Amino acid sequence: MLRFALGRILQAIPVLLAVITITFLLVHSAPGGPFSADKAVPPEVLIALEAQYKLDLPLWQQYSGYLGDVLRGDFGPSFKYPGRTVNELIATGFPVTAELGIYAMLVAISIGVIAGVLAAVRPNSIQDYVPMSLAMIGICMPSFLLGPLLVLFFGIYLEWLPISGWNNMPGDKILPAITLGTGYAAYVARLTRGGMIEVLSQDYIRTARAKGLPEFLIVFKHGLRGGLIPVVAFLGPAFAGMLGGSFVVETIFDIPGLGRFYVQAAFNRDYTMILGTTVFFAGLIIIFNIISDILAMWMNPRLQSKTHGPEK
Amino acid sequence: MNSEKRFIGTFEKGSSLWGDAWVRLSKNKLALAGLGLVIFFCGVSFLTPWIAPYGYEEQNLVLGASPPSSQHLMGTDIFGRDLLTRIMYGGRISLFVGFIATAVALVIGISWGAIAGYLGGRVDAFMMRVVDILYALPFMIFIILLMVVFGRNILLLFFAIGAVEWLTMARIVRGQVMSLRKQEFVESAYAMGLPRHIIIIRHIVPNALGPIIVYATLTIPNVMLLEAFLSFLGLGIQPPQSSWGLLINYGVETMEEYPWLLIFPGLALSLTLFALNFLGDGLRDALDPRTSID
Repeated sequence: MLRFALGRILQAIPVLLAVITITFLLVHSAPGGPFSADKAVPPEVLIALEAQYKLDLPLWQQYSGYLGDVLRGDFGPSFKYPGRTVNELIATGFPVTAELGIYAMLVAISIGVIAGVLAAVRPNSIQDYVPMSLAMIGICMPSFLLGPLLVLFFGIYLEWLPISGWNNMPGDKILPAITLGTGYAAYVARLTRGGMIEVLSQDYIRTARAKGLPEFLIVFKHGLRGGLIPVVAFLGPAFAGMLGGSFVVETIFDIPGLGRFYVQAAFNRDYTMILGTTVFFAGLIIIFNIISDILAMWMNPRLQSKTHGPEK
Repeated sequence: MNSEKRFIGTFEKGSSLWGDAWVRLSKNKLALAGLGLVIFFCGVSFLTPWIAPYGYEEQNLVLGASPPSSQHLMGTDIFGRDLLTRIMYGGRISLFVGFIATAVALVIGISWGAIAGYLGGRVDAFMMRVVDILYALPFMIFIILLMVVFGRNILLLFFAIGAVEWLTMARIVRGQVMSLRKQEFVESAYAMGLPRHIIIIRHIVPNALGPIIVYATLTIPNVMLLEAFLSFLGLGIQPPQSSWGLLINYGVETMEEYPWLLIFPGLALSLTLFALNFLGDGLRDALDPRTSID
């Protein structure tokens, strides 16, 4: 178990290095310098700017310098917001994105697990078809469509909920969380259903039934631990997907999070910001993947006897 | 139970794997409806230049944005352009991206997985390690990065999306190939002195086709979603070209006054994704019953 965890952490190092290297090379191979969009910059100013951001050094020196900075947790200054560092921008935006992500995750897990368990307890009945059809709709309804439709219905026609902003009005977090969480709720529901159906056919469940345990206890105490393993393994990738989804949700609802900063940086060609945020996101995603792998391992004793991770 | 019985029954009659799969698929009403919708959307997209009610660039500034009417079944946008026509042309791009990028992913994924699975040993370990590393990369971010850095052209979009989606395909194909290459017919092909690449192309890949088709069907909606997502952010398809994602983006801007501009493109995209997902699920149950969710 400990060996597995250590192995996963060690595996993450080359991944993170690959992310930094690929991102760095991509950004630096971009046609045109980061300042070429600004009109009529005098050559001496350009040289000064390039010296300030160390763009005049050879590429490998820039790379090793950047690597050293990143290891020390310093992502450098922003190109487009003079006087502000990428670290500051991340520190402003990330808490908002994280809060949104946590609410969305709560929506996804609570709705998804309940729907999946309902479906698995009576497969091929109404109780199965209705939640699973809804789940399919949830999967096929992208967040950039669901969000505006929710705004249109609950915000504009019914006027029940605020349509944009963050922390300005009570209830302005509800629609963004639902928008971001619904698609994942649908996946969680399908995974829960699959996992639970398999678990509920196992011998130890039959034993529990034979003991005369109430069905409620069987399902929630004995069934859920095994049935949720696929869900737990999905949480890492889900988290990564949510970071991407937060770009759209933050744009739709005008939320000052890191995702919106990233999209703005992309449009502004703010290269240090793009580079820094990408590395930051990648690090987070890697950490969450490790956590979700270790959790899934911990919940599934059968996997623990092998030294390698699940599905190699 | 039932399907297993039928399987044995048809087997005795000597029907092929494909015939049997078709029998199973045709029992699945949702999958059949999905197949029908997919064919319908593809047909409409293909025929768009001839059957679209209006020209793609045709404006009617006097009319402006108008709700659905008998002249314009889905209404018009703020320039008085017929929305149905725009959705039909947008669908061409969306479906085109879906199919081409999936094809890119298929080619890379199948080659990579087949080679790794067939050669095995250290080559396999190395190739799969690469896949593992790429799996852990935050791809949404990388695609945005690619589109920003190298400009927003459609060829790059194919490449970027294809480069993301091949990973799972490589894993699936590798798994298939690993189990296939130990079987007698492959060994006898080897004993007959066939070169490796012929064995892979002629004998192994065709036998791994079932899961490949299933996964390809499920990749197309993913790809279309990714394209729509990028276009929605303004990083995908660029005007004057149009796609469903871009139309939804425009629709959101004016949804308070002209909700139909959001609803119809959204409906088109969702219906297509719905159809492809149901078809993919149905194909999985039909072609590869062991890996189906239930």
